[in-house]
Amino acid sequence: MIHSLEPIIREHVFFKGLEDRHIEFIAGCAKNVRFEEKQYIFRERDPADQFYFIREGLVSVELMVPQKGPAVVQTVGDGDILGWSWLTFPYRWHFDARALRATRALSFDGKCLRAKCEEDHDLGYEILKRFANVVTERLEATRLQLLDLYGTHA
Amino acid sequence: MGHMLELPMTSVPIADPMIPVPYRIERLKRETNDTFTLDLMAVNGAGVTSFGPGQFNMLYVFGVGEVPLSISSDPEDCPALEHTTRMVGAVTNAIGKLKRGDMIGVRGPFGSQWPVAEETGRDIAIVAGGIGLAPLRPALYYLMKNREKYRKIVLLYGARTPEDILYKRELEHWRGKFDLEIQVTVDRGASGWRGNVGVVTALAGRAPFDPSNTVALVCGPEVMMRFAVMELQKRGVEARRIYVSMERNMKCAVGFCGHCQYGPHFICKDGPVFRFDRIEPIFGKAEI
Amino acid sequence: MAAETKELAPSLAIEVKDLPQLFAAISKLGYQVIGPTIREAAIVYDRLSSVEDFPRGWADEQSAGKYRLTRRSDQALFGYNVGPHSWKKLLHPPVQSLWKCKKDGSGFEIVAENQPSQKYAFFGVRACELRAIAILGKVLTGGDYSDPGYKSRREDLFLVAVNCGQAGGTCFCASMGSGPGVTSGYDLALTEILDGENHYFVAEIGSPLGAEVIAEVPHREATQTDHEKVAQTVAETSAHMARSLDTNDLKELLYRNYEHPRWDNVAARCLTCANCTMVCPTCFCTTVEDVTDLTGQNAERWRKWDSCFTMDFSYIHGGSVRATPKSRYRQWMMHKLATWTDQFGEIGCVGCGRCITWCPVGIDITEEVRAIRESDPVAVKAR
Repeated sequence: MIHSLEPIIREHVFFKGLEDRHIEFIAGCAKNVRFEEKQYIFRERDPADQFYFIREGLVSVELMVPQKGPAVVQTVGDGDILGWSWLTFPYRWHFDARALRATRALSFDGKCLRAKCEEDHDLGYEILKRFANVVTERLEATRLQLLDLYGTHA
Repeated sequence: MGHMLELPMTSVPIADPMIPVPYRIERLKRETNDTFTLDLMAVNGAGVTSFGPGQFNMLYVFGVGEVPLSISSDPEDCPALEHTTRMVGAVTNAIGKLKRGDMIGVRGPFGSQWPVAEETGRDIAIVAGGIGLAPLRPALYYLMKNREKYRKIVLLYGARTPEDILYKRELEHWRGKFDLEIQVTVDRGASGWRGNVGVVTALAGRAPFDPSNTVALVCGPEVMMRFAVMELQKRGVEARRIYVSMERNMKCAVGFCGHCQYGPHFICKDGPVFRFDRIEPIFGKAEI
Repeated sequence: MAAETKELAPSLAIEVKDLPQLFAAISKLGYQVIGPTIREAAIVYDRLSSVEDFPRGWADEQSAGKYRLTRRSDQALFGYNVGPHSWKKLLHPPVQSLWKCKKDGSGFEIVAENQPSQKYAFFGVRACELRAIAILGKVLTGGDYSDPGYKSRREDLFLVAVNCGQAGGTCFCASMGSGPGVTSGYDLALTEILDGENHYFVAEIGSPLGAEVIAEVPHREATQTDHEKVAQTVAETSAHMARSLDTNDLKELLYRNYEHPRWDNVAARCLTCANCTMVCPTCFCTTVEDVTDLTGQNAERWRKWDSCFTMDFSYIHGGSVRATPKSRYRQWMMHKLATWTDQFGEIGCVGCGRCITWCPVGIDITEEVRAIRESDPVAVKAR
C-alpha cells in the first residue's frame, strides 16, 4: 500500500538510501502535524515516543531555567530532524521544544519504530546511522557555540 | 664602551604611504556595548575617494598608535568613510573615547577585494560571523546596487547574542527592499528573541543556493571560517569559488614591516581577501 | 675622465701604499667612507677616517656560536670575513624617524622632516653582501610601494667590493650562488694580492663613477698574471668553504615539512634571542612606535628593527599567532629559505654564515635543512 507521505519521505536526504520495505514501514508510522506559534511540541520529562521532520517553520529547543525562564539552546528549521530521545533509554524528552512560528512537520511514531528496529536489525542499523549523524552535527554546533567565538578575547 | 657609529636619524618625504591624512570624525555611533561605527570625512577635502569592497585603512590616533580597520561604506557612494570596530586594544579603546569633530589620521585604502564585480551571473552566498559582517557590508552594497547581474543572493549572519547584531536597521531595510535572503542566527538567545539560535556554519548546510554555481564570501573569527568553509565544501562549492578574509598583526600596511605575513602572503597586499584554494595548504595549520 | 661601461674592461692594479689615494678620491666627492674596523674585539662597519682604520693583519675565527679575532702572519687589509654588522644598518637603519606630529586644537598636524641624508661609500663589500643589498633593494623598492628612504640611500651609494681571500668558518655563499667572487653591482671591486714582497690590489671597474675615482689613483694596467691570481683567489676560497646548503627543490622541501619533528628539535635549543635576525643582512622586519612627549602636545612615529622571534610580533586581539618558540623558529627559516622565493622571486639567504656564528647556542641553518632533507620521505625516495 503506498502511503501519501511516502514520496515526501523518499525524497528527503535523511531517508535516502533506505530499502523500499523500510521506507514503506516508516511512511506507515508517519503523519502530518501542525503547530501554532508558541505551541509546545514536547516537554521535558514527557515520554519521548515520536520524532519530527520539520517541513516548514522554526522550532526552539529550550530548557526552563528557574528564575530566568526558558533558555534556547538551539533552533531547528526547514529540513531538520527534531528529537532523538525516543531512541535511547529512558525514552523521555530532556528538553522542551516549542514552535516559534506556525510550523508544519511530519511526526513519526517512535514507539512503533523502536519495536520494529528490535525485530529488524537492518532497519535498526540504518536508523541509528542517520541519527548518529544528527547528534554529531548538533554536538559540533554546540561546541562551537560554547567557544563563544565572537566574544572578547582579552 | 667605544663610540659606535652614530647614525643620523633619517626621515622620509611626505608623499609617502606611511603618512596619515587628517580626517575628522563626523559621527561615532555605538552599535553594541563594545562595538561602534566611525564616520570620517577628510579635513582638506582630498581624501580616500574610492576603495574596493574588502579593503582597509590604517587609522591613527594621536600619540597612541594605528589600527587596521576594514572600510564598511558603500564603495560607489561614499561621502564619509565608515569603519566598524570592537574595542579590543589600546588604539580601538582610544578611538572609542573620541567625539564628533576630533581628528583621526587615515592611511589607505590597502589590500585585496571581494570579487563582486567579476563574479556576475552566479549565486552569491555570504557567510558572516560577528564583526565579520563589517568588511562584507561594502560587498553587500555593491551586490544590491547591481542586483540584476546576480542570481540568488544569500546572507547568513551569526552573532553572539541578539544584542550583538550589527546594522539591524540596514538588515531590515535590505530584507524588505531587495531580493536577498537573510538568515540571522545567534550563539545564545535572549528573552524576546524569536529567531534562529545556533551556529551560522550550520545555516550554510542548507541555505538556498546552488553549490555548482555559487561564489561564497566568508568573514569572521578564524575558527568560524574554518567550519563555514568545511560546510560549503561539503555542499559542493569549489575551493576556487570560496573567498575568506584573513587577519594578522599589521604595522605598515605596505609590505615592508613583515608583520602580516601568512605563509608566503602579505595580508596587507596579497590579502586580506584570499581565494580559498590559494591558501588551502596552510589554512587552519597551527601557528602559521 | 668618465669611460663608457663597455670600455671599462681593462682592470688595473694598485699598490697598497697608494690605497690612501683611493680613499681620498672617494672622500673628495663628498662620501663618508664606511668600512670594516675593530671595535670591542670584533670587526664591525663604522666610519673610517683613513686606510689605517682597516683591520690590517687580522683574521677572524668563526664557528657555530663562536667568534674571535686572531693575528695573521701577513699584513692583509681584508684577511677576514664578515662580522656582526651588515650594511643594512646604514641602508635600512635600526631607528628611523618617519614623521613628527603636533597637536592643534582638537586636531593635529603631521610634519615630515626633510634632512638630507649623508652619502656613503661602502669600502669592503663582500660578494654575499652585494647580493644581500640587491635582495633588500627588491624588498624595499621593488614592489608597488617603494621606501623613499632606502631608495635615496641606495642611489647615493658608492660601492667598493672586495673578493674574499679566505672562506669564513661559517660561510656557505658558494652553495647559495652568491659568491665568493663578486660579479656585479659595484663601482669598484678589489682583490687583495699578497705575494712574497708584493702587496697590491687588482681593481675591476664596475661603473663610470668607479672609473672616474680610480683614475686619480696611481695604477698600472693589470696583467694576465694578475687576472690569474684573482681567479685563483676566488677558486681557492670557494674550494675551502666548510659548509654548504643544498638549495635543490628547497622551497618545496620545506613546504612539505611544516610538521617535521626537526622543528621541535631546534625549538628545544633556540632561545628566541633574535640575534640571527639582527645580524642577517637580509632580515628587514620593522615595527612602528608611536610616542608622545610629556606635554602630550607632540607625537612622533619611529620605525625600528623588529624580529619575528618576539612574542609581540604576531600579536592580534588576545594572543600571539606564533606563541611557541617552535613556530617562531619555523617562521624565520621558512621565510628565509622558502616563502621569500614566492614573495620576491629569489631566495632570501646569501650564505654569509652570520646567523650560525652569532647564535648563542650554535644553531646552524645548513644543518637544519640537511636534517629535514635527510628524513623527508619524498627527498629520500628521489635519491
